[in-house]
Amino acid sequence: MLRALELRKDFGGITVLHPTSIDFLPGEVHALMGENGAGKSTLMKIVAGLYRPDGGQVEWRERYAEFTSPHDALVAGIAMIHQELMPIPNLTVAENITLGTEPCSGFGLIDRPSQLARAKELLGELESNINPTRMMRTLTVAQTQVVEIAKALGRQADVILMDEPTAALSDHEVAALFRAITRLKARGVAIVYTTHKMDEVFRLADRISVLRDGSLVGTAPASEMNPAKLITMMVGRELADIFPARQPPTDELLLEVSDLTHEPAYRDVSFQIRRGEVVALAGLMGAGRTEVVSAIYGLQPASSGRISFHSRTLSILSPQDALAAGIGMVTEDRKGLGLIPALGVGQNITLTALRDLSNGPLLNHRAEAAAANSRMTEFAVKASSRAQPIAQLSGGNQQKALLARCLLGNPDLIILDEPTRGIDIGAKAEIYALIQKLARAGKGILLVSSELPEVLSLAHRIVVLRRGSVSATLDAASTDQETVLRHAMPL
Amino acid sequence: MLTLDRNLLHRFGLLLVILFVGIALSLLTDTFLSVANFTNVARQISINGILAVGVTFVLLTAGVDLSLGSVVALSGVACATFAHPGDHSVFVPIAVGLLTGAACGLVNGVLVTRGGVAPFIVTLGMMTIARGLALIFSGGRPVANMSNEMTALAGDIWGIPIPVLCFAGVALAAWFFLQNFRLGRHIYAVGGNENAARAAGVPVERVKLFAYALCGLLTGLAGVVLAARITTGQPNAGQAYELDAIAAVVIGGTSLAGGVGTITGTLLGVLLIGVINNGLDLMGVSSYYQAVIKGVIIVGAVWLDRRQARS
Repeated sequence: MLRALELRKDFGGITVLHPTSIDFLPGEVHALMGENGAGKSTLMKIVAGLYRPDGGQVEWRERYAEFTSPHDALVAGIAMIHQELMPIPNLTVAENITLGTEPCSGFGLIDRPSQLARAKELLGELESNINPTRMMRTLTVAQTQVVEIAKALGRQADVILMDEPTAALSDHEVAALFRAITRLKARGVAIVYTTHKMDEVFRLADRISVLRDGSLVGTAPASEMNPAKLITMMVGRELADIFPARQPPTDELLLEVSDLTHEPAYRDVSFQIRRGEVVALAGLMGAGRTEVVSAIYGLQPASSGRISFHSRTLSILSPQDALAAGIGMVTEDRKGLGLIPALGVGQNITLTALRDLSNGPLLNHRAEAAAANSRMTEFAVKASSRAQPIAQLSGGNQQKALLARCLLGNPDLIILDEPTRGIDIGAKAEIYALIQKLARAGKGILLVSSELPEVLSLAHRIVVLRRGSVSATLDAASTDQETVLRHAMPL
Repeated sequence: MLTLDRNLLHRFGLLLVILFVGIALSLLTDTFLSVANFTNVARQISINGILAVGVTFVLLTAGVDLSLGSVVALSGVACATFAHPGDHSVFVPIAVGLLTGAACGLVNGVLVTRGGVAPFIVTLGMMTIARGLALIFSGGRPVANMSNEMTALAGDIWGIPIPVLCFAGVALAAWFFLQNFRLGRHIYAVGGNENAARAAGVPVERVKLFAYALCGLLTGLAGVVLAARITTGQPNAGQAYELDAIAAVVIGGTSLAGGVGTITGTLLGVLLIGVINNGLDLMGVSSYYQAVIKGVIIVGAVWLDRRQARS
């Protein structure tokens, strides 16, 4: 029914999806699996009309389809639930669900009663009791996700693409979604599904396609797969060898955080980092990890508590203060807080260190060019030149450039917030190696990561946050995923 | 290299349009192609040029300044008040005019950065406040009786009009500043992504404050030059000057979303608007039609440019 034929996509001269062909069948749940950056979302977005392919075609009901917008795809019967939620906050739940398909009476007036009834019916399919008259902005992330799913169901589509629909859902909501998917299957709807959760794949999928580094590794019926085989296909090599060996840290105390509090995000957070030590902040989404590191970097200062660095108490009210003290950070929010999209890669890298690359108020262009070029080589940033706008680079290369920016100022403490999110496995391995190299050079590293294997293999110690409070401080060498999760889960 | 090429293409395209308009006017009129007329065009564009250079800084930070025209009038009135013959040295009225403009810009900047009010609203308010103050200080009448030293500012040095020299000096300094000063780079960074710039340690508030204050200072300069040219401080002068200035900057490729744009682009935009104004005058087109034609050309130029950028 739906076919991807040799689809290819390039971003800024780098191919993120190599020619890939996959068939999707009616009444079938087809799971797309792969690491972040493997090309799953790109493939889905081409099929849903968000991206134009740079090669290949989408075949839909035995005809070539030229979707130039999501609207085209919707009209043809293809709906998508996006990984990044896109609600319209100042409309009601019902208005969001029926957006673009509002039931109308004569003269184009919206028929409010049927709009409400329709929203209620769709939410009912997902066994949700969200009041459809509520404003969208008052909803939790999980509720927003449910509404987005209801919206896609309401399109009466023949294909529904679901990009990590369960990322924010509770077990109860996931179960309701799965029952809804089963009903859709029975109606002959084709479901394309991505997730990072292994158990979901084997509960739900009829067939599984694995993508790696933008190429299709293979497609097989779910009955012929098992988790171990799937992971090997996704990663392409043994996981162990991408993590370099840790060296023991020094005894010299670098950072001491005491009783850091900023209600309601976190309270009484205390921990230490020694020179040469990698400390990971672990916890579930919303546990306050990003908020804590934002306070240490001055992005969102804490309301009370003490940060002492090199045995001196610091008052950090802005990133400028943190940088001056020797604290650098690579943000989780690359687009929002990291990149200056229109500036070149080189100018992005040198931004923080411009003072050192100036004579008085004047830029020293030669020194700047030399610094940018040497960093781009050192960090293997792939770009056509240092003048190429950073927006055109792949996620991994953008991330390496931001790391280069952070390290150019030679900070003693480096905060890395989800440093490997959305980048390919090769770039990940390079960043892992870099973290150990920095630790060996006597830097302190504060790592926030949602990927537990990463946390366990990179860090010396793990500080676990649960709803804004430290629930445990664990020695990484003598703990395991289950223990970390037990401390991270709400009681 | 990619950005460089696109900028070149953009400037080249705009230069072609200007050349095309120039050739057309040379054929349509017998007065366009003459040294006297070129001097005239240069003199006419110098005030809009100074304003456009100033507002380029504000637009680069993703802000806007709608108060230019009113501040031109207020600065002109302030300047003329101190320019009566025998009262003060000629430097006093000039300094008063410049400082008046800078003060307005500073107030805009403080309200935008400390007050967190949208630039559109802040400068809209300043637009009516400055106009009102100009009328109050002048009693609603032109401030006349200007010293000869002051009106001489509209004259020539070595055959070149002083307003043109001012414009050229301002443009050159602004170009050099944006290319070579750390603060210049910070302006691009703030406009490109304010939050990321802050996270990278850029003093965002100070950068914006500087942009608004500098724009105000240059607006004050435009007010002084205009007062010297019309030999009075006119409280009603400068109506809608901000629109021509912003139009010139946008035609020159500066993004209203901030972070992208150059002074060379702004110069070409100023030149295009100037040549069109001059040509329509020479052809004797009624000012009613001129307004319509100019609007169409401004929107058309930007539309063509964005279409080109997308493809």
